[in-house]
Amino acid sequence: MSEQTTEKTKLSRRDFLKLGVGALSALAVLEVSGASLLFLQPRSLDGEFGGQVIAGLVDSFPPGSVVEFPDGRFYLIHAPDGGFLAVYRRCTHLGCSVSWEPAQNHFFCPCHASSFDIVGDVENPPAPRALDTFPVHIDAGQVIVDTSSIQTRDNFAPDQLVYA
Amino acid sequence: MSENNQTWRQRIFYTTQTDDRSRMRAVANNLILHLHPTKVPAPALRWTYTWGLGGLSATLALLLIITGVILTFRYDASVERAYTSIQYLETQVAFGSLVRALHHWSANLLVVTAFLHLIRVFLTGGFKLGRSTNWIIGLVLLLIVVAFNFTGYLLPWDQLAYWAITVGTSLLSYVPLVGTAVANFLLGGPEVGQAALRNFYAIHVAVLPALLVMMMSYHFWKVRKDGGISQPPTEPGERVERLTTIPHLVQIEFAAAAVLILGLFVWAAFVPAPLEALADPSHPTNPAKAAWYFLGLQELLLHMHPLAALLLPGIILGAFVAIPYLDKQEDNIGRYFRSAVGKQIALLAALYAIGLIPLLVLLDEYWLDLPALLPGLPTLISNGLIPLALTLGGLAAVYLLFRTTNKANKSEALVGLFVFVMVSLLLLTLIGIFFRGPNMALVLPF
Repeated sequence: MSEQTTEKTKLSRRDFLKLGVGALSALAVLEVSGASLLFLQPRSLDGEFGGQVIAGLVDSFPPGSVVEFPDGRFYLIHAPDGGFLAVYRRCTHLGCSVSWEPAQNHFFCPCHASSFDIVGDVENPPAPRALDTFPVHIDAGQVIVDTSSIQTRDNFAPDQLVYA
Repeated sequence: MSENNQTWRQRIFYTTQTDDRSRMRAVANNLILHLHPTKVPAPALRWTYTWGLGGLSATLALLLIITGVILTFRYDASVERAYTSIQYLETQVAFGSLVRALHHWSANLLVVTAFLHLIRVFLTGGFKLGRSTNWIIGLVLLLIVVAFNFTGYLLPWDQLAYWAITVGTSLLSYVPLVGTAVANFLLGGPEVGQAALRNFYAIHVAVLPALLVMMMSYHFWKVRKDGGISQPPTEPGERVERLTTIPHLVQIEFAAAAVLILGLFVWAAFVPAPLEALADPSHPTNPAKAAWYFLGLQELLLHMHPLAALLLPGIILGAFVAIPYLDKQEDNIGRYFRSAVGKQIALLAALYAIGLIPLLVLLDEYWLDLPALLPGLPTLISNGLIPLALTLGGLAAVYLLFRTTNKANKSEALVGLFVFVMVSLLLLTLIGIFFRGPNMALVLPF
């Protein structure tokens, strides 16, 4: 009877145990890696950046103005035609903070001399694409910027502007 | 003399025996001889062969571990308190400034000695005759040293630290598909902040030291396993003089370590480690430069798309890993530059690089504008893949030039190529340190 069973099953007891230990070890490695990744996963930043920022009343930003929100890491642009746009201050080249230079009417990055026009389009490389933006919505006359989602874009397009 | 009558000094250094034979037996279980063999070939002890670079690097590593452990007692890895704790260390803590200066300057010097050690080993063919594994372990150790420096750089949380790490990690996001995810994982978020400081601190004081100690032990063990450091092959019947490790090798090692430590103490006593203003995430410094040993790479960034500027050092590193499999000629091991022809080619290669690199930098800065010449192409190709292909083509041309006009063999031509790459890296680094001013424009340093 026992001889019959060994003939029928190709897998010996030793092989079964070897395979089992191997499979369980692989599973353990996967579990530990997964757990480590979860343990070390990016933590969102505290405070203003990473949440909704109430920028202020629509009327407090004259058309053609650019206002910096250092805690929210963005510039609120009120374009000359009346549309709002919030650009992330991080240069798309290597992450330095751009500054608004009213005299030249552009954003300038001191790290590698990239510059961007008033709507964030690349004026001077090496920056590869326009400044990233945050979603803007207007609620009861207040301009609200959602800094939790960074939107990338290659160029400025008129539909990126939000009107009151 | 019985065991019990020996002084501690005699026990440690085995100085009671007078003849070589009994000395060798006595020292068989000596601690030092776990590291070194009992006898070493006399030519391997020549200072002008090794320049003591491996030993100096090991001494620096030890000094860095000791000073690093001391610093952890006073350093606070939080955004609010990191900078203050460094200021406190500099001004209030007894010997705080000295310990930090020792740590800082040793770390900088270690980059230099580790790099020079790599150059020495390459030029004398130290990766040959079964030493390929240890060559690769050495490369891993170099990467560990660089990672140590990169993570340690952020910890003071000053302007220099903040922007160097911001620029350095932003580079990662140009790696296709996984880049941004890896950068976010490393920083613990989209920007350099509290999570990044914590991560870097943990990597710097726990992960990397563990890796370093493991790889260093492996490296030393492998040197013995491979039959000692590289030496020229002996002629049939030729006998190389062999000297006992104690005292001949150990004396040199202790003397070199003592001079190094003394020099560092004097230097650190007079030159404190730099500390700039508190990190300000709204206002980058102008110019925002990386640490000096990354300025060669940063200089590349000014001329190429970041992906190309990352690929080029990656390809060169890959070539370094492959060197033992490219240069298999083993009879020229243990001789600087392989041969007289190799020496001549090395000199030529250095001259080519000195002539060519500054010229190319000036050309690209003032006249050449590839994206404007090729307006239809995305910048990744016009400013990235095309300059990368041109650079690699140039390197291949240098190699072929040595092979044809100088009639060099493969081994000698590779020496030429290696020297060309190293001198180019040195020149790019010097340009980055001294000739880049505000907005990273070319300036004169005086």
